Amino acid sequence: MNIYSAISANKYKTWAIMLLFVLVITTVVYVFSKALGYGLGFAGIALIFAGITSIGSYYYSDKIVLTTTGAKEIKKSDNPELFRTVENLCIGDGLPMPRIYIINDPSPNAFATGRDPKHAIVCVTTGILTILDKSELEGVIAHELSHVKNFDIRLMGIVAILVGFIAIAANLFMNQLWWGGFGRDREDRNGGAQGIFLIIGIVLAILSPIAATLIQLAVSRKREFLADASGVLLTRYPEGLASALEKLTRDPHTLKSASNATAHLFIVNPFKGKETKQLFASLFDTHPPIEERIKILRSM
Amino acid sequence: MNSTLIIVAVILVALGGFLWFLYNSIIVAKMRVSEAFSQIDVQLKRRTDLIPNLVETVKGYAKHEKELFEKVTEERANLVSAKGVAEKAEVNNQLSQTLKSIFAVAEAYPDLKASQNFMELQEEISDTEDKVAYSRQFYNSNVLDYNTKLKVFPNVIIARLLNFQDAEFFGATDEERKPVKVSF
Repeated sequence: MNIYSAISANKYKTWAIMLLFVLVITTVVYVFSKALGYGLGFAGIALIFAGITSIGSYYYSDKIVLTTTGAKEIKKSDNPELFRTVENLCIGDGLPMPRIYIINDPSPNAFATGRDPKHAIVCVTTGILTILDKSELEGVIAHELSHVKNFDIRLMGIVAILVGFIAIAANLFMNQLWWGGFGRDREDRNGGAQGIFLIIGIVLAILSPIAATLIQLAVSRKREFLADASGVLLTRYPEGLASALEKLTRDPHTLKSASNATAHLFIVNPFKGKETKQLFASLFDTHPPIEERIKILRSM
Repeated sequence: MNSTLIIVAVILVALGGFLWFLYNSIIVAKMRVSEAFSQIDVQLKRRTDLIPNLVETVKGYAKHEKELFEKVTEERANLVSAKGVAEKAEVNNQLSQTLKSIFAVAEAYPDLKASQNFMELQEEISDTEDKVAYSRQFYNSNVLDYNTKLKVFPNVIIARLLNFQDAEFFGATDEERKPVKVSF
């Protein structure tokens, strides 16, 4: 798959996810407004809230991430070897050269951000540069560039908008139920049908934000696998990334500057040791289990 | 009567639109192939630019390797004047081999090996080698895409009618895939 077909496949998938989300959202909003006996007014409010916060984070997420993680931009003369690695892989993928940042932290990790290939940023820690050899580093950088090539940052941004929308809508609904007209003018409305919608509404208000988050995390894990695969397609050397992942998990350092909000960006989970083995808990992981990623890479 | 005409007209327009779309998608793929090829050219140019420098540097220390210098200069000229994918790939492979022997010869001259200039050049050339390899990979993936486009139905009909030709892959020997590297 070259860059062009990867992009178009990604676009179809994005549309499929959007469609699924729109269906979920329409159902949720319909039930909520029926239950409250309102029009679609509050759906509008929820959309505006979710829109503003998410569009903001879409355009500024790179700056926010770079500031909170304390990353510094470097020039070619600062680390020619790293620069060349990125340069070469970009040529192989037909991507423009991204900006390169370094986090001064012994914990080995890396991430990519930026809303499209022209604004892409690849960031690595000093730890990863010390422990990986050339072919391993190539594997990691190719994985990150694949996120850029596949427009994953944009995809996850759109998903985040929709998740945020559902969360806000559910919140507003519960607030309305609690503080709003529920007790006051309940008699005015036609009781029976509304009662059913009320119950469904409450169930949805509790379940839909969880469901939306689960979809979001599932998408995130799928994109990790895809980035592993298309990264290997670029380097033609699965063992490089596999042994890099092994080294990254074996390293005991955790990345201090990472937070829950930025954890999903990194190539491996920056909070090590918290990974859980239970099936249910693994639904809430942003990354697929490393062992599984390595197993798939080794079978390529 | 009238409605049959309309139906026929609609079918014709739809068919025409479809053919238009197919034709354009083939052309776009073809443009991508030639763009990717010009990327290889950029890297090959970088490489040919480095060679005179290398020859000068090595000459200063190893005067007796005249044959080798002549060979590499000649092959460099061949690469500059080479036309077409197959020829460029061929000449490029030869040049890679000769560069390798130059680096092998350098082993015998400790002063040369230790020279800062030589080490930098060696690194540059090895990097350019990698860049050529990657740009070739990008080119070949575009060629694959284009050639597939020509062969699937219904594109194959248009491709045959308008006589579209398969694009050529930029070949590489296994030997050449390995970067030029000299161990000290």
